[in-house]
Amino acid sequence: MREITYLEAVREALTQAMEADADVFLFGEDIGIYGGAFGVTRGMQEQLGKERVRDTPISESALAGAAAGSALTGMRPVLELQFSDFITIALDQLVNQAAKMRYMFGGKAKVPMVVRTPSGSGTGAAAQHSQSLEAWVAHVPGLKVVQPSTPYDAKGLLKAAIEDDNPVIFYEHKLLYKTKGEVPEEPYSIPLGKAEVKRKGTDVTVIATGIMVPKALQAAEILAKKEIEVEVVDPRTLVPLDEETMIQSVKKTGRACVVYEAVKRGGYGAEIASMIAESEAFDYLDAPIVRLGGKEVPIPYNPQLEKAAVPQEEDIVQAIEQMVAKVI
Amino acid sequence: MDTLPIKRELLPELLHQMWLIRYFDEKVDEFFAKGAIHGTTHLCVGQEATAAGACAVLQPKDKITSTHRGHGHCIAKGADVKRMMAELFGRETGYCKGKGGSMHIADLDLGNLGANGIVGGGIPIAVGSALTSKLKNLGYVTICFFGDGAANEGSFHESINLAAIWDLPVIFICENNQYGMSGSTKEMFRVKNISERGLGYGIPGVTIDGNDLFAVMKAVSEATERARVGDGPTLIEAKTYRWKGHSKSDAKKYRTREEEQEWRNRRDPIKRYTEQLIQEGILDEDRAEAVRKQAKEEIEEAVRFAEESPFPPLKSLEEDVFA
Repeated sequence: MREITYLEAVREALTQAMEADADVFLFGEDIGIYGGAFGVTRGMQEQLGKERVRDTPISESALAGAAAGSALTGMRPVLELQFSDFITIALDQLVNQAAKMRYMFGGKAKVPMVVRTPSGSGTGAAAQHSQSLEAWVAHVPGLKVVQPSTPYDAKGLLKAAIEDDNPVIFYEHKLLYKTKGEVPEEPYSIPLGKAEVKRKGTDVTVIATGIMVPKALQAAEILAKKEIEVEVVDPRTLVPLDEETMIQSVKKTGRACVVYEAVKRGGYGAEIASMIAESEAFDYLDAPIVRLGGKEVPIPYNPQLEKAAVPQEEDIVQAIEQMVAKVI
Repeated sequence: MDTLPIKRELLPELLHQMWLIRYFDEKVDEFFAKGAIHGTTHLCVGQEATAAGACAVLQPKDKITSTHRGHGHCIAKGADVKRMMAELFGRETGYCKGKGGSMHIADLDLGNLGANGIVGGGIPIAVGSALTSKLKNLGYVTICFFGDGAANEGSFHESINLAAIWDLPVIFICENNQYGMSGSTKEMFRVKNISERGLGYGIPGVTIDGNDLFAVMKAVSEATERARVGDGPTLIEAKTYRWKGHSKSDAKKYRTREEEQEWRNRRDPIKRYTEQLIQEGILDEDRAEAVRKQAKEEIEEAVRFAEESPFPPLKSLEEDVFA
């Protein structure tokens, strides 16, 4: 099968969704001629027109609200927020409006909108352009939250997100944009709420999200040489969360390590760790559940400091070696 | 009167509607005092003409977004007062199955995209609705109601700009009732009229007497015509007054009794409209009185309906979070 980048996979999903459904349209800051801050929509305005690939003023709050309003009235808007940090400016509309419309209107409304947004650190853009705030939106009932880690997942999950009748926050990690992988040309959908075992193993389950998935896979390769077999599970969507796949994996391996880029305290990894502890997998645990998350600092500018602020392969290797050593 | 934007025979219905709004909110006030309605509510007694006048010139396909003081807008857009009252009583038969309460009444079938508990929260939603109309060529307009307080929110400025640059069919109606909670417009604005802000975004801004139903109809009718031919949004500031406090716990220390009396006695929108109708020979006093009585009875009936309606079952708690 052909290989394309994560970025191309996202673009292909957008293009195919727009070709399939006239109600789908894109809007956001600089997504037209500029092609978006990271080039995801490059060429799309030329191909699909200014009406459907719509450049906007810098007005995140109004854009998020306009997405909700147009979704409520029959469109399927896909809004690009240039950096996921800017979700803070749009939060009222996402949290107080889009997320709640259906419930507070007594089940009558549908709000089929997607907010695509590049997240995470590693680009040297420092504290206001590098955050991982997915736990904030995952906390709010009524929002779905997606974090694809591969080009294949990005394409299939984005199709599902656009076809979903609820507001979906779709996190694209900036450092994944250039990663390559096998992606079918034809449209396909990956259901939201379905985790995937990215690597099979018997000794430890690593549950990793977003950019931490490839890092966990690299760590697993290193550990395999030390005869520690790591199973890597990628939830792919935080809401809805596929608890079953993770519980089954931990029952099999007896150890769980949750790895995420967001600040460890209050991050979504805490939710996953608690979910495992509360489940039937608890009785199978041979070691305490370990969380590896970002340090409790704003993301710094200096490259060495930036790297040290979030988990790296070596941190995962070390944590797992310690977990295994405790029992053996 | 020669250039009415609606048919002359429909004018008495607007009197009926204004009475419905007034009696609805007075009844809500009464039941709050008795403790039969919980939470909070924001009454629009005294502001009936803006809602009734604006919605009168709309077509059924047109849409509105509303505010936390939204009962009048809902009624004017055709909501069933029985289901509204049931909602405030927290009953299953209410518009939101008892989950929304006063601030979240919506009826998408009637084009009511929802009241809103967040000041300024509905403004971008109205812009999104107008964007749908434009993208799908549906020809409907969206009226965006908001208060003077919301005109100082960021969402107001961002949304008007967005609607202006895209020539969207939306009408921004600022119901300036003089106070955002206790904050008087005299203290919270340096502009004399909020409508002046339209200029800053390149759209027409007009200030009207929001208690004169004919003035409201005329301004909104002109704005809808502009919107429908693709000339974009209009900002209308309707000066009015809320007779009651901000919400149920308001001692109204920020304004004088004289000021309240002035608006109640001399500028009552219903009294004024009734006199206009009688003067024009559209209604006589007996018929006007009959219209009032009928509205009062309908509200009594709404209360009976609400009181007799069941509470939502506990199992409904987790329903309708997702579609």
